[in-house]
Amino acid sequence: MAIEVYRIDDRLVHGQVVVGWGQPLALGFIVLVDDAVAASDWEQDLYRMGVPPEMTVHFETVASALEHAADYAAREEPGLLLTGDTAAMRALVEGGAAIPRVNVGGLHHRAGRSPKLRYVFLDPAEEADLRAIASRGVDVSAQDVPGTVPVPLRELLSRSGG
Amino acid sequence: MTMSEGPRAIVAAHGDLAEGLVSAVSRVAGAAAASRLMPFSNATLGGAELADALRQAVTSSGAMVVFTDLPAGSCTIAARRIAREQPGLAVVCGANLPMLLSFVMAATGGPETWKMAVAKGQAAMCVAEEGARGD
Repeated sequence: MAIEVYRIDDRLVHGQVVVGWGQPLALGFIVLVDDAVAASDWEQDLYRMGVPPEMTVHFETVASALEHAADYAAREEPGLLLTGDTAAMRALVEGGAAIPRVNVGGLHHRAGRSPKLRYVFLDPAEEADLRAIASRGVDVSAQDVPGTVPVPLRELLSRSGG
Repeated sequence: MTMSEGPRAIVAAHGDLAEGLVSAVSRVAGAAAASRLMPFSNATLGGAELADALRQAVTSSGAMVVFTDLPAGSCTIAARRIAREQPGLAVVCGANLPMLLSFVMAATGGPETWKMAVAKGQAAMCVAEEGARGD
């Protein structure tokens, strides 16, 4: 499988993605799925400048990511698919993408969200999205960097503080 | 934070690194020089919130430059986003202590100040002793 990690992270491309996961997995590419970023050359340029030269970034909408899913899966080099929110990942799963597991890597403090972990805060709609993803047989867990222990969705949702 | 006269900057980094760097600048160059630097951490902030908080820090401090740690890090992404909105703002990646010391010891601001700071930071990186060879 070419895409090793399917991650939800509201910082999108940043240090944990490029270094924390990128180096141990020897990532060759990142697929950034975000409708707003995909529509903006300015945003794409900003995120493209953040990755090392040996890594490429592909910008997709949810719809185009579903169209190109097979192409990414066929690549030999390992990759990471990234969404900035739970809704986009849910749309990919419900759109038929073959996603075996989802990594909740970072959803930070915002009004309306409740703390679950130091790096995960969720509102009711986001909790519903994650439950919907898991109901499709996808293994959902929270983990910011590879060296930490993944927190399964059931435990994540039962938590009331970071 | 009360800042002394001279060029001002934000030091934006992961975890407690910015606080630590500014603390070290204070120990070496004095509190007045260190007060030109405002530490900023990305902890607990999402991408949009991080950019908002950094934008506010730049405005309130009068910073002319943002020093960040990782080129690929969220602080750098946020700082570059703000620099595109405010073309006079410089963003310098790879902050280290010699770089920041050079900056706070400068009497004037402007691009030459942070270009010199980058040169000092780069020049300070070296292998001081070779150590045991692995081959």
